[in-house]
Amino acid sequence: MIWNEERERMDRHKLRELQFELLRAQLERAYELVPFYRQAMRQRGLRPADIRSLEDLPLLPFTRKADFADNYPFGLLAVPKRELVRIHASSGTTGKPIVVAYTRRDLDSWREVCVRQLVAAGVTADDTMQIAMGYGLFTGALGWHGAAELLGATVVPISAGNTRRQIMLIQDLETTVLCATPSYAIHIAEEAERMGVDLRESSLRIGIHGAEPWSEGMRREIEERCGLKAYDTYGLSEIVGPGVSAECELQKGLHVNEDHFLVEIVDPNTGEPLPPGAQGELVITTLTKEALPVIRYRTGDISSLSDAPCPCGRTLARMARVRGRTDDMLIIRGVNVFPSQVEAALLQVQGIWPQYQIIVDRQPGSMDELEVQVELSPAAFTDEIASLRRIQEEAEQALQEALGISARVRLVEPGTIERSTGKAKRVIDRRAT
Amino acid sequence: MRMTQVSAFLENRPGRLLHVLEVLAQAGVNVLAHTIVDAADFGIVHLIVADPSLAMQALRQAGIVCTSTVVLVVDVPDAPGAFVQKVLRPLAEASVNIQYSYAFGAPINATAAAREEPRPRLVLKVNDLETAERALGILPTA
Repeated sequence: MIWNEERERMDRHKLRELQFELLRAQLERAYELVPFYRQAMRQRGLRPADIRSLEDLPLLPFTRKADFADNYPFGLLAVPKRELVRIHASSGTTGKPIVVAYTRRDLDSWREVCVRQLVAAGVTADDTMQIAMGYGLFTGALGWHGAAELLGATVVPISAGNTRRQIMLIQDLETTVLCATPSYAIHIAEEAERMGVDLRESSLRIGIHGAEPWSEGMRREIEERCGLKAYDTYGLSEIVGPGVSAECELQKGLHVNEDHFLVEIVDPNTGEPLPPGAQGELVITTLTKEALPVIRYRTGDISSLSDAPCPCGRTLARMARVRGRTDDMLIIRGVNVFPSQVEAALLQVQGIWPQYQIIVDRQPGSMDELEVQVELSPAAFTDEIASLRRIQEEAEQALQEALGISARVRLVEPGTIERSTGKAKRVIDRRAT
Repeated sequence: MRMTQVSAFLENRPGRLLHVLEVLAQAGVNVLAHTIVDAADFGIVHLIVADPSLAMQALRQAGIVCTSTVVLVVDVPDAPGAFVQKVLRPLAEASVNIQYSYAFGAPINATAAAREEPRPRLVLKVNDLETAERALGILPTA
């Protein structure tokens, strides 16, 4: 099913024309109404009229996360405060949160982009959708909430946490769609198993996941343990929240809502645009935002783009599953390592649970040390130390093959790695301190 | 005789063994013998207890990873060469492999404790229980 045939199956040539038209209007508003953008463009000797086609996009300056902090709370707004109907915030890199705001029309657009994604995943008005993401300032829960109501699905706004109650309600309310971060979905599965509840027997059929990088292995794990088909979605508060891109039923990349978001891939080090298909940092320009237009935002997320036709019929370009973040990327002994690679490698190993933590350390005068802590599966425990050593060695070998560098695996007791109801903290880097 | 040994996974850091034994103490389980096998980062504690099923239940409830295994417990005379003569040689001759072993001296039956003399006992984890039992004369030879 396709929610908006006209937009989601638009001829790509026409789509490019529409994007350019919207971009020009967005640039003019940003230039007129937001001193930050006016100044940034003037520094480059640019006026909105100098952008004559989408090919001129690289002329425009980037916007970075720090610019939100510098203009906290309302400096980037293009509308008077009284036109706002909603404010969200996410944690920033420094003390001040990142504040994002929406007009009434922005909320309509947000619901539109999110509902397309629910429909692409097969959600219908007959579904009961349990939203186990954090309600509040976080955009995740309320973004999906509005879309599910627009679709006519039954929303269970339980928020994240209180896992036993989540499992009770999945059973009692016959929830069919679970909306949760991948790490929380796994946690729900674990808790259900502890309670003796088999979620594969439940009414769950679709998982809507996002807000943190995850691997194919993690997807299979969620699908097998929860008995549902798990969909990857992508979004970020600075741009809109959920709704930027998501998978269709074919699950070969995430269709970007290109009539609302203009996407590019750039070299994370130089900022230079990369050729189609290349992997690099995703940069997004909003095309329809009223309250908070964002020009060439450096997302920090590593992906690639393809506009090859998709058998689902959508013409919208697809972005590859986010491999990690430029700021999550670890450089260990000169090798780039993403936590998602570690996760994918560990999921191939029998006898361990998909909870892990990466610890990077360096003793003075010696090389970086990579330690991966991983939880032993109770089912794999025997009275023989050799069988535990075997699990440890297999995990070390899988990591060596996946990363190209050696890692020490430390088996820990199940349940000791901190569980997250939101985004999991996977990396502890002790080299800096 | 055959006994059920309880084994628990331990991370190698302070307080983990304490935690396991505290759980057993709170459940009222009497520990007769224990040994720790370690592999740098982690280890396994093997326990001979008065009530293995109560012990397993208490450990599982506390979220401790554990398993139970059947082991041989053999009385050995307290004399030079007894271990060799009575245990090791018969097992070697019967091609039984000992995976691990430890010793204790506590009485097994608590109610008979007053009358039972403390004597050396060996816990043996072997690769073939029945052959071991025949070799040690616990079972009649086939």
